[in-house]
Amino acid sequence: MARRAQPVGRYAGGATALGLVALTLGTLGAVAWRAGSAGGLTGGLGPADWAALRFTLLQAGLSAALSVALAVPVARALARRWFFGRRALIALMGAPFILPVIVAVLGLLAVFGRGGILNAGLAALGLAPLSIYGLHGVILGNVFFNLPLAVRLILQGWLSIPAERFRLAAALGFAPAEIARQIERPMLREIVPGAALAIFLICLTSFAIALTLGGGPRATTIELAIYQAFRFDFDLGHAATLAALQFAISGAAMLLALRLTLPQASAAGLDRPVERWDAASPWLRAQDAVLTTLAALFLLTPLALIVTQGLPTLLTLPGIVWTSALNSLVVALASAGLATAAALALALAITGPRPALYEAAGMLPLATSPLVLGTGLFLILNPVVDPSRLALAVTALSNAAVALPFGLRALVPALREVEASHGRLADALGMQGLARLRLLILPRLRRPLGFSMGLAAALSMGDLGVVTLFAPPEGGTLPLQLYRLMGAYRMNDAAGAALLLLILSFALFWIFDRGGRADAEA
Amino acid sequence: MKLPMLAAGLLALVLGSAAQAEEKPVLTVYTYDSFASKWGPGPEVKTAFEKTCGCTLKFVTAGDGAALLSRIRLEGKRTKADVVIGLDTSLTAAAHKTGLFAAHASLPKLDMPVKWTDPTFVPFDWGWFAFVYDKTKVKNVPHSFEELAKSNLKVVIEDPRSSTPGLGLLLWVKKVYGDKAGAMWKSLAHNIVTVTPGWDQAYGMFLKGEADMVLSYTTSPAYHINVEHDDSKGAALFDKGNYMEVEVAGKIAGTKHPKLANAFMHFITTEAFQKLIPTTNWMYPVIKLSTPLPKGFDEYRPKISLLYPSAEVPKIKDKALAEWRDALSQ
Amino acid sequence: MLKLENLRLTQGDWTLEADLGLPAGTRCALIGPSGAGKSTLLGAIAGFVPPARGRILWQGQDLGSQAPGARPVSILFQDNNLFPHLTTAQNVGLGLRPNLRLTADEHARVAEALARTGLQDFGARKPAALSGGQQSRVALARALLRARPLLLLDEPFAALGPALRAEMLDLVARICAETGATLLMVSHDPGDACRIADQTIVVADGRAAPPEPTEALFADPPEALRRYLGEG
Repeated sequence: MARRAQPVGRYAGGATALGLVALTLGTLGAVAWRAGSAGGLTGGLGPADWAALRFTLLQAGLSAALSVALAVPVARALARRWFFGRRALIALMGAPFILPVIVAVLGLLAVFGRGGILNAGLAALGLAPLSIYGLHGVILGNVFFNLPLAVRLILQGWLSIPAERFRLAAALGFAPAEIARQIERPMLREIVPGAALAIFLICLTSFAIALTLGGGPRATTIELAIYQAFRFDFDLGHAATLAALQFAISGAAMLLALRLTLPQASAAGLDRPVERWDAASPWLRAQDAVLTTLAALFLLTPLALIVTQGLPTLLTLPGIVWTSALNSLVVALASAGLATAAALALALAITGPRPALYEAAGMLPLATSPLVLGTGLFLILNPVVDPSRLALAVTALSNAAVALPFGLRALVPALREVEASHGRLADALGMQGLARLRLLILPRLRRPLGFSMGLAAALSMGDLGVVTLFAPPEGGTLPLQLYRLMGAYRMNDAAGAALLLLILSFALFWIFDRGGRADAEA
Repeated sequence: MKLPMLAAGLLALVLGSAAQAEEKPVLTVYTYDSFASKWGPGPEVKTAFEKTCGCTLKFVTAGDGAALLSRIRLEGKRTKADVVIGLDTSLTAAAHKTGLFAAHASLPKLDMPVKWTDPTFVPFDWGWFAFVYDKTKVKNVPHSFEELAKSNLKVVIEDPRSSTPGLGLLLWVKKVYGDKAGAMWKSLAHNIVTVTPGWDQAYGMFLKGEADMVLSYTTSPAYHINVEHDDSKGAALFDKGNYMEVEVAGKIAGTKHPKLANAFMHFITTEAFQKLIPTTNWMYPVIKLSTPLPKGFDEYRPKISLLYPSAEVPKIKDKALAEWRDALSQ
Repeated sequence: MLKLENLRLTQGDWTLEADLGLPAGTRCALIGPSGAGKSTLLGAIAGFVPPARGRILWQGQDLGSQAPGARPVSILFQDNNLFPHLTTAQNVGLGLRPNLRLTADEHARVAEALARTGLQDFGARKPAALSGGQQSRVALARALLRARPLLLLDEPFAALGPALRAEMLDLVARICAETGATLLMVSHDPGDACRIADQTIVVADGRAAPPEPTEALFADPPEALRRYLGEG
């Protein structure tokens, strides 16, 4: 539709895409340029780098595959059952995705570690203990983090199947196997590759989980190799080469998934089970109940232990922790606003002509090494302005970039739907530019906007981000304060701070997500 | 959507810190994050120094010692630092090579197990790395890496690529076993539960019961004794010695406040500064204090102190890392 | 005069050609089998379907370069004629200003348009709280306010019962009389066409025929129309 000009969307989308390119490839370029000017690029990759590459691909690939494979039956169970507390369970099960890594690892260890409750149980039964450390531990950790995302994306797919189709299937007397073949599999083919891609990209840049749960240097990821290049070898050229390699892998993964529809992050109501006439057999009921319970136990037990360990010190936390929590809240809100505005601008551009470029720009942050991004930003900003003045602002910016791809996944399909249903009417009435944004798009996108705001705020809350590279002010952010407490032996206070972080992240997500739904009529 | 409000808030955040009027000269001291944190020596150091200097002391922080050096290297001659405090002996050779640091003035009599000859960097605290354990659980405390390797004790260590203690352990094994370091790592592999990115995760995991021992400092038990009144932690002293960490400060040659910087460098080795060290950084002071050290500091003193001359570190660390990685990757 | 000059619309293999004129002030029905291109033809006039060839002229002026909102056209679609998140009054107010920044005078005109369509008590309601007939009235009230010289109806009343549909058509006739608008409406029902349209265009076999007087047309339907009406 050539004539449906949307200059607001086009210019803002273009500017956002350029900003993202600058923030990701530009910072990488700054590091590479600096390396070049500081005595030649030493870009060659050694055997250790190739080992890191192999391990990175292995753990990311397995984690993505397993997360999605487990998410399918869990999402199906959640899609076709209604039970008391279902809505709360779905919300809570999303929590691991927004946890800071260090908190999640300690929570996981409290369950699966050598001193965890699982091994205590095994010992009580006279069984040999299980070790979490190794490739399986890395995958366990990644699945813990990403299963919530996969469940959410796939559940969304299930709920987007029109109820009429299940009614038709019931009228035709379809058995569950036929329903799976005729109705569910086509949906999964559309949703699953994109969900797997997103998780693969997330796992690509992880390193704390891989190292801690991997049990040693064989669990070295590219991100850790970048870390080593920066601080052990101070070889910026090598760091830049590795970061470029990371982009290349992400690019290849995206190309692989190019023809597949990227999934829509959950925006529509997840509190509506699909009425099903085929799933009433006691066997299927039991199966769904078991699956739901297992998933809930897996995702919620570590959370529960974080809560119980943090409760004793939560209310007696030193004042500075609360100050840092306030800093983090400001950063999270700024980051959420920024991420959502940028995602909206990009979404407007993606629903216009030449979407592929904007789509790719929107995925760039997932492939970015936080360390390279922070260092590059530092190199760019340092000659112009004192970086320590910008610590919180830059943290908000980088956190926003990290959250943007997820907001985008929620906004694009919703925006397409709005344009499909009411775009012509708006055109016929001459609603263009800001008027269209204000009167049509923003009100119709309240749910995905709320979801995007909530997710971005929560992710920002828990992300250490680049703040340490930018000389944070007195209070720092809450995750930084958490590390400071641990660094000062104060592990009990750290447990309290972790709980505070969990509560604030979750509350932010919940408030925005629900706010987007409140009286958002049809 | 309250975007304009958020943007305004963010702007205020940015400008707020710029708006402070400062009339006194400002001495900018780069340090690692935990030095300047509420629980580190930073706040009291600032108060004590500002009493006498007629200046404002401003800390600018980077993650840890290695991040601090990276930052100085990234800034080069344009650095705004007057003094850098928080590098250690594994970093000083590289730091020296930047040519950014000036020689220090004469030092008072130091109280350290090694002779200090570095002309550029001034030590401000030191300690020994050690495996810390729970006395109620570990009855047969190993006295060497060999004994540790023979035992079934589980340890959690830090990664030398991302953490200072991790690098310390790497150098420790290399110092004791030389060419046989790789073989020693191989025989230790079964003891190592996991390798963490940093000290905090490792120590946290140890306290949660994930391992019998954790690579930390000989002074770690002192924290538990003095702050938590918990005497259950011990530090294993090895017969062939424990490796040392010496933390240092250096003056930036191009400082715009040479007098203030010199005054601060001098202040570092005075009692006013040094008495803060034991209960904030939980390390040993570099001079003899007029008051006794906190409980636990004298209990765990190894007989032999190991330390590579800092100039040797860059020559051996890559090889040592390769041995470590190969041994533990199998 | 609305002129479709040597017009050709294509979508893949499908084409529709039209070369006809419709005098201003005419009320004209478009009739023909489904899939023949009635809606597409309206879409082209409204600016949603760019012609593959030919021109669309109103009073001698080529509409080709104008965006949908700028054309002398009001259009009512089969559905989604109202924004569900806006109140009745807001939906109507969009007819005056697409950014809804209305003056006091314009607010009064909105209220008047609501009153004229029997919606005086419903201004604050949102569409979900209105019946189907009331929703149609809101869309018509907006068309009344916009007062564009061309009114295009793409079966907006198809979901209404016969009595309600007749009522809406009467309202349309009134609006056309008041504003002097030229009406072009898609219809499936010869009764509807006879009720309101003095002229009828038959759209069939890839061609929109020139308008003919409705009564004469139905009295002696051409072959294409006969097939559609099922009169063998």
